[in-house]
Amino acid sequence: MFAEPEQSFVPAELGFDPRRSVRRMLAVMQRHLFLLTGSWPRLFELVYWPTVQMILWGFITRFLVTESSFVAQSAGIFLSAVLLWDTLFRGQLGFSLAFLEELYARHLGHLFVSPLRPWELVVAVFGISLVRVLVGIGGAMLLAVPIFHFWLPGVLGWALLPFFAMLLMFGWSIGLIIAGCLLRLGLGAESLAWGIVFLLQPLSGVYYPVKTLPGFLQPIAWCLPSAHVFEGMRAVLVENSFDLTHFFLGLLTLAVWMAVAAFFFILCFRHALREGLLLRQGE
Amino acid sequence: MRIEPGLEPNRLIEPAINVFELSKSYGETVAVDRLSFSVAPGQTVALLGANGAGKTTTIAMLLGLLSPSEGSIRLFGLEMPKHRYRVLSAMNFSSPYVDMPMRLTVRQNLRIYAGLYGIERPHERIAQLARDLDLESFFDRATGRLSAGQKTRVMLAKALINEPLLLLLDEPTASLDPDTADQLRTMLLDYQRRKGATVFLASHNMGEVERMADRVLVLNRGRLVDEGTPEELMTRYQRLNLEEVFLDIARERRHVR
Repeated sequence: MFAEPEQSFVPAELGFDPRRSVRRMLAVMQRHLFLLTGSWPRLFELVYWPTVQMILWGFITRFLVTESSFVAQSAGIFLSAVLLWDTLFRGQLGFSLAFLEELYARHLGHLFVSPLRPWELVVAVFGISLVRVLVGIGGAMLLAVPIFHFWLPGVLGWALLPFFAMLLMFGWSIGLIIAGCLLRLGLGAESLAWGIVFLLQPLSGVYYPVKTLPGFLQPIAWCLPSAHVFEGMRAVLVENSFDLTHFFLGLLTLAVWMAVAAFFFILCFRHALREGLLLRQGE
Repeated sequence: MRIEPGLEPNRLIEPAINVFELSKSYGETVAVDRLSFSVAPGQTVALLGANGAGKTTTIAMLLGLLSPSEGSIRLFGLEMPKHRYRVLSAMNFSSPYVDMPMRLTVRQNLRIYAGLYGIERPHERIAQLARDLDLESFFDRATGRLSAGQKTRVMLAKALINEPLLLLLDEPTASLDPDTADQLRTMLLDYQRRKGATVFLASHNMGEVERMADRVLVLNRGRLVDEGTPEELMTRYQRLNLEEVFLDIARERRHVR
């Protein structure tokens, strides 16, 4: 092999420069914000589905309050569940859509020949996903106040913060796995972005306790951070207590999911480098 | 059109590109086969070859978008991919296989690339490029609504935004009419001369290669089959232009080394 040159006229990058790194991540976020703010259908879509879900479950709740003692005890259980579930779903979708936009635009090649690191792209897309969730869920949450006199932070209190963060990060880990699939399989895997999270919904015990599930499914459910969050949510709403066991188990399973998702994404990225998929993305 | 002078590669002690025994295989298919060459700083070198000869694969490996199966690449004396991020900040590329976000305006796209390349005073640099490359009349139009010629100028503006010392161009004038293609070549040559930049281009356009390239590397089925200045190749093959040389090599009508 060659010896290292004593000098090169390429500008030296003395270690990692956090200021330039932040600028690169902001540039990626700016690209998606330009896209969002330049298209009213995209902005409308952010708020539309969470609001429709919230209204549907709000009316179901209003009906069940008079019919079910369980719902009457904690009238906000379905509305809390639907808004928190949408945090997970929108978090994943926001991540996956930002990645899909790069594939639609055949833009990954330009991104990866710039000094942008793959992890900087991922962090920037997390940021965009957070913006999308705050706009979408925040909009639906605000609308629930005049329509159903329901204020989510008032019902869940400070527990909302860890629930929100854990579900958002779980959504991102699923988004990262989908992004890996998209890198490896191209746009043929697009449908995963829209549908895969619904496979987890019945197992997460969003609207019912995990013990409702058949015995063989319960251990699988407990591997999902979302199952622990929704159990914790019910503990807050029904028993007015914050369940630390579910909180720590939720954190533990979340850490495993994040690590597995990052590992899978790295494997898929390396595969894309081997096969030249970053230049020739498509169906 | 004018490109501001900037960094001059007057302290270069290594080739801009040094490729040694570079190979890329996909299963049984060999796309690039033990390719070795080097490019001196400030040179314009063209990679010539038929479809499937391995031109795009070679450029993708130089850019770090594709891992080689074997061999090594050094850019400015720095080993790839070990020094990837240091090198990438000093190079750029343009390819018909990679687009910009088409819904964004030209100005928005260039702002994003300025951020990605960490350009100091990005507004000034973008305004300068807009003047140099005559982008001002469609600066706030969505990139997807531009004509092919306008789009190519925008792609060139993107490729020059960081004033690269090494410019990799894959078929830079593909699908352009002769007039627009000629304008683009003039811009590129102007930039290359003012900056002393190294230009490495893959092209099917023989006239373009004759006009731009100091040296030509001829690929056939992934292997380097000949190299030299355009004049040397024409003399060696006793042909009047590079197109005839290309046909000889592609159809293997002559023994090549």
